[in-house]
Amino acid sequence: MMSFRDKIWPVSAILLVLLVIWYAGAILMNAPFQRDLNRRGDVDVTFSQFVGQTLSQQKPTLPAPHQVAKNVFENTFLRKVTSNRSLVYHSWVTLSSTVLGFAFGTALGVLIAVGIVHIKALERSLMPWIIASQTIPILAIAPMIIVVLAAVNVTGIIPKAMISTYLSFFPVAVGMVKGLRSPELTHLDLMHTYNASKAQTFWKLRVPASVPFLFASMKVAVAASLVGAIVGELPTGAVAGIGSKLLAGAYYSQTIDIWAALVAGSVVAALLVTIVDLTGRLVERAMGARPA
Amino acid sequence: MRMLRPSWQAVAALVCCLVAFALPGMSTLELEARANPAAVIDYPFMGTGGLVVGLLVLGALASMIRLSVWGEAVILLFAAHFAAWLLLTGIMGYEGSALAPFFLLIAAGWLLVWRLVVVLSGIRTTNRSLEWTLRLVIPAIFGAWLLIIWEAATRGFGIPFILLPPPSSIGVRIASSLPVLAADVRQTIFKSVLIGYVLGCGAGFAVAILADRVDFLRRGLLPIGNMVSALPIIGVAPIMVMWFGFDWHSKAAVVVIMTFFPMLVNTVTGLAASGAMERDLMRTYASSYWQTLFKLRLPAAAPFIFNALKINSTLALIGAIVAEFFGTPVVGMGFRISTEVGRMNIDMVWAEIAVAAIAGSVFYGVVALIERAATFWHPSVRGG
Repeated sequence: MMSFRDKIWPVSAILLVLLVIWYAGAILMNAPFQRDLNRRGDVDVTFSQFVGQTLSQQKPTLPAPHQVAKNVFENTFLRKVTSNRSLVYHSWVTLSSTVLGFAFGTALGVLIAVGIVHIKALERSLMPWIIASQTIPILAIAPMIIVVLAAVNVTGIIPKAMISTYLSFFPVAVGMVKGLRSPELTHLDLMHTYNASKAQTFWKLRVPASVPFLFASMKVAVAASLVGAIVGELPTGAVAGIGSKLLAGAYYSQTIDIWAALVAGSVVAALLVTIVDLTGRLVERAMGARPA
Repeated sequence: MRMLRPSWQAVAALVCCLVAFALPGMSTLELEARANPAAVIDYPFMGTGGLVVGLLVLGALASMIRLSVWGEAVILLFAAHFAAWLLLTGIMGYEGSALAPFFLLIAAGWLLVWRLVVVLSGIRTTNRSLEWTLRLVIPAIFGAWLLIIWEAATRGFGIPFILLPPPSSIGVRIASSLPVLAADVRQTIFKSVLIGYVLGCGAGFAVAILADRVDFLRRGLLPIGNMVSALPIIGVAPIMVMWFGFDWHSKAAVVVIMTFFPMLVNTVTGLAASGAMERDLMRTYASSYWQTLFKLRLPAAAPFIFNALKINSTLALIGAIVAEFFGTPVVGMGFRISTEVGRMNIDMVWAEIAVAAIAGSVFYGVVALIERAATFWHPSVRGG
């Protein structure tokens, strides 16, 4: 395990390099349009002025980092959170369906895993399908679920949450099966010598052993859940959410808005994963796990 | 030795059959026909109702006799599927008219199949080919019954076509629009996905090797790569469409970005997987960096690299299809899905999804087969 101090310098150095590349890219990619604009307007500019122009276009091909940062800052802190332009509002819409879908997905995944571990017929018939279903681009049916449910007057948060549920229950189910099977044979034998019932073995040995697996797969699931919610907002002309913000930006070529929405999505993702991670650590510590 | 060996599934199936037999009619139309015998009303299961019940009852009873495992399996297989076939073909044309007995009989068939799966799962064998057949047959039966229940529910309840078309009509749609589907597959899979996949995985691999040589780079890139894999990268799709235009180039670009980081992180992790003893041995042989890399560390990293390739096979397909929602030429799987949803041609959407599912599974399967061939020495493949 690398310590924090080992990482901080390389990571910040690489982020700095990326930032420089981003600026250079912004200047290069915005230059043709700006040159064209200046030629038409018969404006003669020095090189430094020209660079300044490329970094302050209204609809740049690649917005400069400071433009994105300014947009994010304005739309996060300077607007009322109920405003339609506020990123907080859009993030909240996406976040709520993500969390709802994630909760359902986790519950469903755990249930399926418990069934698979205890019923042999279920394992033989269901497990191959769970694995096969991971090879299928499930996200492709997201727009259909939304449109079809809208046709029968189910709109709002539920359809989006269903997509998140669908995406998040696979990792949880697979991880949980692994976790519930993780106790070693000697431990199971020990429970046997205690004359423990099946339920006792389950609650006192299998469940505690599966907790680390559960949280590891929940981290994957929560990220998948967010992707599901965002994609669920794409095709339907949804009025709110990070996905609709992306789509609106794409329609009106508001590149800075797209990037700002991306930043918002990334912040939400980082937040969710961190929360799951921290909860996992707290639970493990409360259960008496020692850091490896 | 007792002659009977009752299982709860068979008993429950019998109960279902008896209740179904006791209830007055299998469909609303049949009730109508009974009510006024003078009128000539066609109703489903005119001649086959008794046959279905008989089949299921006989199947359930026969499964309780102490037969050999194979005898029981064959009886159950035949009874349940023949009954299901009769039920499904019978209801066709009379959608939405089914009553409780229809669903009870489907449930009875399903219970018999459950018993069948339990029987098959219980078979212990040392014959490898038999073992493999069983491993395929059991999930296949499960999948088939998923479709049967889907078909029975949509036809029996008369679920509106727009909401959920029955699988049979999706199959008909696939058969009737093969050229369109082929064109979409060519555009999305063979252009966007494959090109993006090769470029993305190649770039991820190359950067991983570079990061392996330069430790500073590795320590910086690994945390970033780990973090990026949690981000909704799919969101860059509209930007790529703006930069690279509507054709497959922009989709390939999205696929490149989506596949790059899993490959990078997994390869870097894999390159650290070889043991210190083995590396010391290579050093005593005075082997160069590249010799160690190709003869020891890359083979040791192969399971990790193939893991990334498998993850990426799904990601690539998702990336290409979702990117097409943001604008494409008038061909491609994502384009077809979003436009046919708008036109409420839901069966075409399902056909496209079925094709995507098959393509995804084949893609994954090919990578998995290459993995088995390339890492034949690994414990997880040897089964040791």
